[in-house]
Amino acid sequence: MPTSTPARPAADLPAPFRQYDTGGFYDEMLETNGQVRPHYQHFLKHFGAVTPEEFAAKRSAVDLSFLRQGVTFNVYGDSKGAERIFPFDLVPRIIPAHEWEHLEAGLVQRITALNLFLHDIYHEQNIIKDGTIPAHYVMSAKHFRREFMNVNVPRDIYIHVCGTDIIRDDKGQYLVLEDNARCPSGVSYVLENRRALKRTFPAIFEAGGVRPVENYSQELLKVLQHTAPAGVAEPTVVLLTPGVYNSAYFEHTYLARQMGIEIVEGRDLLVRDQHVFMRTTKGLQPVHVIYRRIDDDFLDPTVFRKDSALGVPGLVNAYRAGNVSLANSIGTGVADDKVMYYFVPRIIKYYLDQEPLLPNVQTYLASEDADKKYMLENLDKLVVKAANEAGGYGMLMGPHATKAEREDFRKRIEADPRNYIGQPMISLSRHPTYCEGEGFAGRHIDLRPFILYGEKTTIIPGGLTRVALRKGSLVVNSSQGGGSKESWVLYGNK
Amino acid sequence: MLSRVANSLYWMSRYIERAESIARLVDVNLQMLLDFRNLDDATLNAHWMPVVQSSGDEELFRKLYPRTTGQNVTEFMVFNPANNNSIVSSIGQARENARMVRDQITTELWEEINRLYLFLHSPRATKLWRESPSDFFQTIRNGSLLLQGLTDATIVRNEGWFFIQCGRYLERADKTSRILDVRHASLPAHGAPADPSQADALGWSAVLRSCSAWDAYKALNGAEIQPALVAEFLLLSDDFPRSVRFAVRHLNTALRRISGVHEGRFSNEGEKLAGRLLAELQFSTAEDIFEIGLHNYIDVLQGKLNAIGEALFQAYIFQPFQTPDDNELRQQEEQQQQAGPQAGLR
Repeated sequence: MPTSTPARPAADLPAPFRQYDTGGFYDEMLETNGQVRPHYQHFLKHFGAVTPEEFAAKRSAVDLSFLRQGVTFNVYGDSKGAERIFPFDLVPRIIPAHEWEHLEAGLVQRITALNLFLHDIYHEQNIIKDGTIPAHYVMSAKHFRREFMNVNVPRDIYIHVCGTDIIRDDKGQYLVLEDNARCPSGVSYVLENRRALKRTFPAIFEAGGVRPVENYSQELLKVLQHTAPAGVAEPTVVLLTPGVYNSAYFEHTYLARQMGIEIVEGRDLLVRDQHVFMRTTKGLQPVHVIYRRIDDDFLDPTVFRKDSALGVPGLVNAYRAGNVSLANSIGTGVADDKVMYYFVPRIIKYYLDQEPLLPNVQTYLASEDADKKYMLENLDKLVVKAANEAGGYGMLMGPHATKAEREDFRKRIEADPRNYIGQPMISLSRHPTYCEGEGFAGRHIDLRPFILYGEKTTIIPGGLTRVALRKGSLVVNSSQGGGSKESWVLYGNK
Repeated sequence: MLSRVANSLYWMSRYIERAESIARLVDVNLQMLLDFRNLDDATLNAHWMPVVQSSGDEELFRKLYPRTTGQNVTEFMVFNPANNNSIVSSIGQARENARMVRDQITTELWEEINRLYLFLHSPRATKLWRESPSDFFQTIRNGSLLLQGLTDATIVRNEGWFFIQCGRYLERADKTSRILDVRHASLPAHGAPADPSQADALGWSAVLRSCSAWDAYKALNGAEIQPALVAEFLLLSDDFPRSVRFAVRHLNTALRRISGVHEGRFSNEGEKLAGRLLAELQFSTAEDIFEIGLHNYIDVLQGKLNAIGEALFQAYIFQPFQTPDDNELRQQEEQQQQAGPQAGLR
C-alpha cells in the first residue's frame, strides 16, 4: 500500500524519466526522496541517453528476434497452436553485491534444509516424531508420495533444481513467496534475455560490472552427472520432455542443446529388467540420468496416473532399483505445498539450528482454528491461496475481489480448510518499465533465482525477474499479463 | 541417434522439398494460362484437374470447391490447411518436425524454417499472392532453396544428415514423376508418342519448367519439345539433379551410408528395393518405358518409392510408434500442457 508521500520527480533524471512517479511504493531505482539509488547510476547514465526513436527500434528488433528464434510459449487451450513471445522489458533490474550475498546465503540455507527435510519425511520422520510439524499436515499433502517411503535416492538429493520466488515488500525487505521444488521453468529466458540485451545495448555492459550467467548449463550438467547411479563412469544423461505442446518446450530444447544431451519423450524410452533404454536407429541404448520436466503424476502409468500418455511404464521401478536417477526426485512436491511453506522457518531451525536468513511472508493456516477465524473475518484484507495451485490460479486477492468472490472463498475455506492459507497483501516493489502510451512507469516485480544443488550449491547470479505489465496489477504470471526483465547482479555495490 | 529424431529429420526434409515442388508446379501452370485464348470451364478443368490429380488430392478438392479455376486450385494447393499437401500444411509440418529435433539442427536452419512459416501465416503472404503470384511463388521457392543451402552448409555429415538426404530424394523422385504424369492424357496408352500439337508442346514445356528442367533440357536436346525426350530426361538422366534416376541414386547412397553396407549388397529391405530400382533405371530406355505406357510405368514407380519409404521406417524406427487416433492425440496434447503445472511462468 502507498505509505510515503508522493515522490518529487528529481531534476537530475534523464529526460525519458522526468515524469516517472514512484507512487509511494518501494521503487527499485529511486529512493523515497527521488534520488537514484547508487547501483542504478551507471546504468541510467547510458540508458538515459537513448532517444525514444532508438529505444522503439531496439524494442521491436528484440521482439522480432524472439519470434524468429521461436522463443515462444503456447497459449493454453488454443488448438490452432497460437504462439506468443513472453513479453520482455528492456529495462534491467539491478541487484547490488551486498543484497545478492544476502539472497544467496538465504537460498542456500533454504534448499539445504528442504533436502534434509525431504530425506527425513521419506525415512525416519524425526521432525514429526519430535512434534515440530503435525503428522497430518505431511500425510495429507497432495504431493506426498507414500510409495516412496524408505527409498534411497542417489546422494540423498531430492531437489536438484529449485526456482524460489522472491518478492520485496514496501520496506524493500526480501521475502520468500514460494519454493518451486518440482520442475521450475524460466531459466532459458534468463539466458536468452541476457543475450538479447547484450546485443541491443552493448555499451551499457562495457565496464558495467555485471556478473555473467552463461555457465548455468554446464553447472546443471555437473549436477546431473553427480547424481548418476553408483558405478557408472560415463553416465548418459537425457532430458525428458512432455513434448512440443508444453509451454516450456522451447526451454527444454534450449537446455538440452546447451548441455549436449538428448531430449527424449516418454515414447523414446523403455524399461527392460529395471533398466532404462532409449530407442535409437542402432537399437537400444542405456540411459542413466533423466532430467525430467514432467510431473510425478505423468511419469509412469503403472504407478501414477494410469491414463498418462507421456510416461514410461516401469520407470519408477527402475528408479527404485537404483538403475536410473531422476532430477528432481519423486515426491518433492510436498515441499511446494503452501501449508508446508508455513513450516519452512521451523524446518530450517530444526535441521540446521539457524534462524532463517530470508523470512517468509506472514501466513495463516485455515486448518488452525484461531487462524481460520482471523482469515474469515479479514477476507477483504488478505490474499487467500489454495495449497497446491500455481500460476496465479486458485487465488483470492481480498482487497480487489467482489463480494461474491469472497463469499465463494469463504465456502471453500470452510469446506476444506486444509487446502487454504491466507497472507497479508504485500505491495510488491516496483521497477521502471516501458509501457505503451505511458513511457517509463512503475510496475510491480518479483524474482525467481535458480538454485542448483549437487556436489555444491550454485545459484546463477540474478534469475528471472517477472513484471506485472498491467497498471496496478500484482500478478506477474505470463498467462495474466506478465512479462520478464533482465536481472543484473553487480560485482560491487554500484 | 534416437529413432524419433531420425524420423523427424526425414519428414522435415520431405515436407520442405514438397512445398518447393508444389510452388513450382502451381506457378508454372498459372503462367501457362496466360497463353490460352478462351478460358471456359471445360478448358480450365482440363488444364487444372491433372495438376490437382498429381498430388493425389482430387477427391478432397472436388468436395471443397465447385469450380476448377486457377484461383481455387492455388487456394487449395497453397493456403488450404484442410489439404495435408498444401504449401501451408507442408511448411507447418516441416516446422513441427524441426521443432521436435530443435536440439539437433542448427539455429540458422531452424530460424529460416520458422521465418518461412511465419511469412506464410502473415497477411503479407496473402497480399503478395493476390497482387503478384509469381513473386509469391518465387519467395516460397527461394525460401526452400535457402533451406536446402543451409542444410548443405551447416549440418554435420552424420547419421542425421543421411536421413535428411533420404527424405529429400525420396520426395523429389516422387514429385518429379507425378509432375511428368500430369500430361499422360495426351499420350497413347502404349507405344511411342506422336509429334505434339502446339498446345501440347506448351504443356510439355510447362512440365519441364515445373521441374526447373527447361534450360537443362534445351542444352541437351535443343528447343524442340518431344514428349519422349522429356520423359527420358526427367526419368533417366543421370546428371540432372531433379531426375528420378539422379534422386534414386542419391537415395541409395544415403541408405548405404546409414548402414555402412556396400553397393551391390544389402542389409535390409529398403536397401534391396532402392538398389533394384536404381539398376532398373540405369538399364532402361525411353522405348522400354513407352512400351509399358508412361502412366502405367509411373504408377508402378510410385508404388516402388512408397515401398522404399515403408521399408526405411521398418528398418530404423524399428519399434514403430503407434499412430495415435484423434482422441489420443488430443489427450496427449492436453497432458503435455498440464504436465508441468509449474510451467510456472504461466
